[in-house]
Amino acid sequence: MEGALLVSFYVFVLATFVGFEMITKVPPLLHTPLMSGSNGISGITLVGSLISAGTGHAGISKVLGLVAVIFATINVVGGFMVTDRMLARFKREPKKD
Amino acid sequence: MDAARNLAYLISAVFFIFGLKGLSSPRTARRGNLLAVIGMAIAIFVTLLDKQIIDFTFIIVGIIVGSAIGAITARRVQMTAMPQMVAIFNGFGGGASALVALAEYNRFLATPRLDIVVTIVLSVFVGALTLTGSFIAFAKLQDLMKGTPIVFKFQQALNALLGVVFLVLAGIFVWNFSNVTALLLILVIASALGVLLVIPIGSADMPVVICLLNSYSGIAAAMTGFVLSNVVLIVSGALVGASGLILTHIMCVAMNRSLPNVVFGAVGVGGYGAAATGEKRYVTEYTEEDAAMMLEDAQSVIIIPGYGLAVAQAQFALHEMAQMLIDRGTTVRYAVHPVAGRMPGHMNVLLAEANVPYDLLLDLDEINDDFQHTDVALIIGANDVINPAARTEKDSPLYGMPILNADQAQTVIICKRSLSPGFSGVDNELFYDQKTMMIFGDGKASVQELVNLIKG
Repeated sequence: MEGALLVSFYVFVLATFVGFEMITKVPPLLHTPLMSGSNGISGITLVGSLISAGTGHAGISKVLGLVAVIFATINVVGGFMVTDRMLARFKREPKKD
Repeated sequence: MDAARNLAYLISAVFFIFGLKGLSSPRTARRGNLLAVIGMAIAIFVTLLDKQIIDFTFIIVGIIVGSAIGAITARRVQMTAMPQMVAIFNGFGGGASALVALAEYNRFLATPRLDIVVTIVLSVFVGALTLTGSFIAFAKLQDLMKGTPIVFKFQQALNALLGVVFLVLAGIFVWNFSNVTALLLILVIASALGVLLVIPIGSADMPVVICLLNSYSGIAAAMTGFVLSNVVLIVSGALVGASGLILTHIMCVAMNRSLPNVVFGAVGVGGYGAAATGEKRYVTEYTEEDAAMMLEDAQSVIIIPGYGLAVAQAQFALHEMAQMLIDRGTTVRYAVHPVAGRMPGHMNVLLAEANVPYDLLLDLDEINDDFQHTDVALIIGANDVINPAARTEKDSPLYGMPILNADQAQTVIICKRSLSPGFSGVDNELFYDQKTMMIFGDGKASVQELVNLIKG
């Protein structure tokens, strides 16, 4: 196995454990915002698609990159915006004196 | 420069982790989401400085188009339509990952490495499957296609065959990675499998499928991260993958189903647990007046809302009623079952939209011991989640499913359209209980009537 892939695999496994720890602490109250927020985070593929869409030579890679940029940007912008819109509605009971 | 960029990616990954940590409480959740946005901004900014990018035309066009679609969708979508939106976004996430993997393959055709080739195959396979599967889930939830399971002869056999063909093609491609045809066939098979795996799943089971596809979209992103040796992609993908898996598990437990049963069971085709006992039974029917009097006299009330209530947008009237009771000094809380909506946590979002403070929204574990000290349990449009058969009847399909202990309250008021059983097709003993007041009719009209009566 190549060294780089091995390191990637380490990172993946450890991050999965972090993910399990974090997500089990999210209350059911916030599971829908968690899912839409995850949509935003999985839009991180944008990072890869920017390179594909921006390389010099025109060709199939660039076109694939363009579509990938559109998909990923929809996820990033839509996912985070809708999460914020939902979370803005979660308010505490006003304390009465 | 490479080291600096990778360091920035790591910082961005840390922001994502803190963002998720913020979601552990509604007080910090909005800030958490903002932290994730900052993490994303860092990652994008650093990538744009990459000197491999020499032409920004496609990037600018893509970002403008994507932002416009994303922003308009996020602003306009109804809260009841949130499951569809998450479903289609899962698809876009998976699609983007598969496309990047294909583009990378095309760029490095001349100098491929074995490890990269393997991860390209996985990324294309998971990504394409997520894309088409999510589109089907979206179409079912949006009523663009029938919600009932679509089954045909040898369906499982066909899926298994396609799985084997995929493995063979993957082997061929890894053996000789200049074989573009093999990769394209993998793309086609993955797309077909996405469709075939989701069409036999009924609408009622879609919450599980959305969670599972959410997880896949993360895994696809992580696989693309392997292809690009990019830390932030791997970490984010792993986080989303873990999140989707946990939610899948939670939904399966709440629905009393195993994952294989949801995915391969084709539940909802018909004939499932039809409760024809033959024996004619009677319930005592009450009116809204009786219920209003009961609610006014109660010291403590727990409301159990079902999904039909939200579809009718009756949660606004419901909370108006609750607020009037609270103003009279009654303790009012909401008990939300995990499957009360069409996706995990959905009912909470719908109630929050109707200005129900989140302190009043309690989940199963938080509230279940309180029913025994509660005067009235008011149930609107919920059925299976309060069926005591889940506790006692060993041969009931509901047996073992976690339910809300509504039957332990002093009085139980059930607003329901008819005596018809729920999704499970199981009769509900609670309807015939002496302490139960059944009110038949349209949920929204009943709630509105209750509001008027308590107001007057």
